[in-house]
Amino acid sequence: MAKMRTVEILVGAFMAAGFVALFFLAMMVSNLSAASYSNGYAVTARFDNIGSLKVRSPVSMAGVRVGRVESIHYDQDTYQALVTLRIEPAYDRIPLDTFANIYTSGLLGEQYIGLDPGGDPDFLRDGDQIEHTQSALVLEQMIGRFLFSKAEEGSE
Amino acid sequence: MIRYLGDQLARLGHTGLRAIAHIGRAHLLLIGILGGTPSMLVRPRLLILQLYNAGVLSLLIILVSGLFVGMVLGLQGHYVLSQFGASESLGVMVSASLVRELGPVVTALLVAGRAGSALTAEIGLMKATEQLSGLEMMAVDPVKRILTPRFYGGLLSMPLLAALFSAVGVLGGYFVGVGLLGVDAGAFWSQMQAKIDFEEDLVNGVIKSLVFGVVVTWIALYQGYDATPTSAGVSRATTRTVVHSALAVLGLDFVLTALMFGD
Repeated sequence: MAKMRTVEILVGAFMAAGFVALFFLAMMVSNLSAASYSNGYAVTARFDNIGSLKVRSPVSMAGVRVGRVESIHYDQDTYQALVTLRIEPAYDRIPLDTFANIYTSGLLGEQYIGLDPGGDPDFLRDGDQIEHTQSALVLEQMIGRFLFSKAEEGSE
Repeated sequence: MIRYLGDQLARLGHTGLRAIAHIGRAHLLLIGILGGTPSMLVRPRLLILQLYNAGVLSLLIILVSGLFVGMVLGLQGHYVLSQFGASESLGVMVSASLVRELGPVVTALLVAGRAGSALTAEIGLMKATEQLSGLEMMAVDPVKRILTPRFYGGLLSMPLLAALFSAVGVLGGYFVGVGLLGVDAGAFWSQMQAKIDFEEDLVNGVIKSLVFGVVVTWIALYQGYDATPTSAGVSRATTRTVVHSALAVLGLDFVLTALMFGD
């Protein structure tokens, strides 16, 4: 059965190559190697306007990604957006009075949450809420404000 | 006049009944094939031979077409993206289109053309030369002995081939984008990893190719098993295999894409 043996070896090599290709796609192409959303701790933040922030948008500190947006809800009582952030467990020393801003990466890029650390000696833990937030900059509002101030200048 | 209308109605009814009978026979055959699973697991050699026929022998065409499809995606994607100053997103474009769509679909079309047609011709000829009846005479169930290993061979080969196609395609896009067109290698990989999701993109792509594997081998086996046992009948069945598989794959791809990504 020498022929059968070569067939078996070739099939084995084929299946190994297939699994290597799947592994390559999982590790190099997809975000699996950087994935750790399920663990880590959750903090909430309230925003007046989240712009086009999406679930799974990055949360970054000093430009480094430290977590992701886990869920976005609308709070009917306060008329605000309630955003839950999932922070990776390695980053457990974020001060309580940290500032959460919604920034845009590049002029037309996607929106993300940037955390600016405060000076509080206590740190954020699971279930805490970030008090200081700043809404997303909506381009139409900025243009409107700019035109309004221009018009005021002209009338003086 | 009435007689003419009656003839036409009868012809329509005949076509409809025949189509339904086809679908019914195909499903009965699939049940028979699945029923042969335990007896196939006792003889894994039969499956290994079919993995060789469907998988190893399709490797060359899959790898070469994957490489060229990836390289073409790199060239075309760079042309469009550079107009928006976003050529760093080339990696995302190449890998997303490969993993989500082109990998499963093109692999299924190529396997239908290479392995599916061979399956139909083989089984049709077995039927024409009465080898299948011969097996039955020896109290061997031809569905379990012949069709079941071929079904699982095609079904298991498909996701592996699709993964190889996508992986080689991404490398081809990398060679063209980074090597030829000067896209930054770091941005190519990091943007790809940031945007391609393991579950949403990769797992859905594998599910797609599993579905295509079932459909393509099922159609090929049914056409072969149901072929008119003449040389003309086998050749017509082979053509039908390729045409029906291609239509089924493309149609199902739309349905699956709408279910998976269409929110």
